[in-house]
Amino acid sequence: MWSYALRRLLATIPTMLAVITVCYLLLHATPGGPFDTERKVSEAVLANLNAKYHLDLPLWQQYLYYLKGLVQGDLGASFRYADWSVNELVAAALPVSLTIGGVAMVLALIIGVALGVTAALRQNSIVDYFVMLLGNVGSAVPSFVIGPVLVLIFGVWLKWLPAGGWQGFQLTYMVLPIALLTVINMATIGRVMRGSLIEVLNSNFIRTARAKGLPMHTIIRRHALKPAMLPVVSVMGPLTISSIASAVVTETVFSLPGLGKLIVNGASNRDYTLVLGLVVLVTVFAVLLNLIVDLVYAALDPKIRY
Amino acid sequence: MTLLRVNNLGVDFATHDGLVSAVNGVSFELDRGQTLGIVGESGSGKSQTVLAMMGLLAKNGQARGEVLFEGQNLLGMSTRELNRIRGNRVAMIFQDPMTSLNPYLTVERQMTEVLELHKNMTRRAAKTRAIELLEAVKIPEAARRVDMYPHEFSGGMRQRVMIAMALLCEPEVLIADEPTTALDVTVQAQIITLMQELQRDFGTAIVMITHDLGVVAGLCDRVMVMYGGRVMEQGSAEQIFYQPTHPYTVGLLGALPRLDHDGDTLVSIPGNPPNMAHMPAGCAFCERCTLAEARCHSERPALQTLEGGILRACHKSLAEVSQLKEMSHVG
Repeated sequence: MWSYALRRLLATIPTMLAVITVCYLLLHATPGGPFDTERKVSEAVLANLNAKYHLDLPLWQQYLYYLKGLVQGDLGASFRYADWSVNELVAAALPVSLTIGGVAMVLALIIGVALGVTAALRQNSIVDYFVMLLGNVGSAVPSFVIGPVLVLIFGVWLKWLPAGGWQGFQLTYMVLPIALLTVINMATIGRVMRGSLIEVLNSNFIRTARAKGLPMHTIIRRHALKPAMLPVVSVMGPLTISSIASAVVTETVFSLPGLGKLIVNGASNRDYTLVLGLVVLVTVFAVLLNLIVDLVYAALDPKIRY
Repeated sequence: MTLLRVNNLGVDFATHDGLVSAVNGVSFELDRGQTLGIVGESGSGKSQTVLAMMGLLAKNGQARGEVLFEGQNLLGMSTRELNRIRGNRVAMIFQDPMTSLNPYLTVERQMTEVLELHKNMTRRAAKTRAIELLEAVKIPEAARRVDMYPHEFSGGMRQRVMIAMALLCEPEVLIADEPTTALDVTVQAQIITLMQELQRDFGTAIVMITHDLGVVAGLCDRVMVMYGGRVMEQGSAEQIFYQPTHPYTVGLLGALPRLDHDGDTLVSIPGNPPNMAHMPAGCAFCERCTLAEARCHSERPALQTLEGGILRACHKSLAEVSQLKEMSHVG
């Protein structure tokens, strides 16, 4: 298994390189540069800045400079936040996003699986309809609608929680963003879990388990849950990655100092190194997640062995 | 007391076209160590009959009548009560060994859980017993293979595992729903021989569902022939084979491919089984029966008891049926 994991990681190097190259070219192809601001900078200063960040060199040389830094683990210096390297910016923002995203993902998994199982066991009951409604609403209504609605209810009307902002990992400021991400992901997980459990419960080996005289809770726990979890595991990868994408929205809605906010700022400022650095980071995440999903698959399904 | 007595068993399914009766008026008795064969085409209600007995009908299915196991009605029981009997004193093996074992659990787990549940054994003791049973069904290297997953076994081996699993608690009744249908012919013979030996060793009564008349001949004491969810004929295996009293039985026997006869065409019963949602008013078999007369289409023949414990549901006389038998070279 470890050699498989290692091989998979090595195989991602070309993928990463392609992503970085395309992003690099796209960023440089867009009109404007990091130092185009409302207030004109003098020619001399601009030339100095360009020289400092190697922007005066031909594109391919700039590219090689960037790759060289990347190999050494250096994402470069931010063009806009003077005195900050991208590494430092990421180090400050990553814990915020990881905490919000991670907690939300774990909650969504637990609640979603519980809801899905309940709905599947009480098919066509009130509970089932409620879960399906929740699932459809959660998937259909975009986060930039659910988010402000949550803020409106709990922040503005009830005044239970702050409407946004961040006070160094204070719980009250984390509740709403976590709730938003949880609701969205829980909806998908619940729907997938319900469908797959219903399908598994109709399979022949569940009939065998019933014929053995096993009580229903043992059948669910021992025989049905594992195969029913497989589709959930496979949506977890894409779901987590889309959570990173939707972090751009959530962190803007709640004004959180996370990675999503950083991406938005970086893109609007043409902060080449910052945007590229974040793209690299997200790509690494995606690759790792897919690997983890595959390894969990192998752990659940005895027919898959690496 | 009779070990297993089924009285007037029926199965109804609630479908989009209304209530469909898949099984009607099935009755039989089974004593210790006996084997009953249930034969008939696909869709004749054989499987639904035994699934109803085990409380394993699909969600939209409902059983009628009585299934008395040592005098207790299995159909009236709560699931909790039923769970003390099924898997323990009445066990079942299924048609498709490829899908009937849980692919996500080792054979050991799937076998030991039965003993832990019904016999309160420890996992370790249960495993020892599981290995013994796997050896009894002639699985080589049972002690090693018990820790494997079902996909590491061949089809025939998986059916052996199913049989071993069903026999763990030494049940009084073993219900086998087409246990050999999904297997190679050579493997089929092995499984049948195995079941014969196990019945001899364990004294289990067997209800054997099959559409393979060869299996019936080799294994069964009594045979029940079903068609369209109803019993057409019931009798000893000898009688069914040598003196069939129902035109459908004659047709079934005539459809057996034989190597000792001239002619290279395969004989079949013309027509198709009836649609369960639109059963004929008369005999279920009337549309395909060469002897059918007006009465057969309008009036359903009742199951009558003949001499020698034979039951038959047919309006035609025995003479006419035996004439039909002569014509179709049976026996």
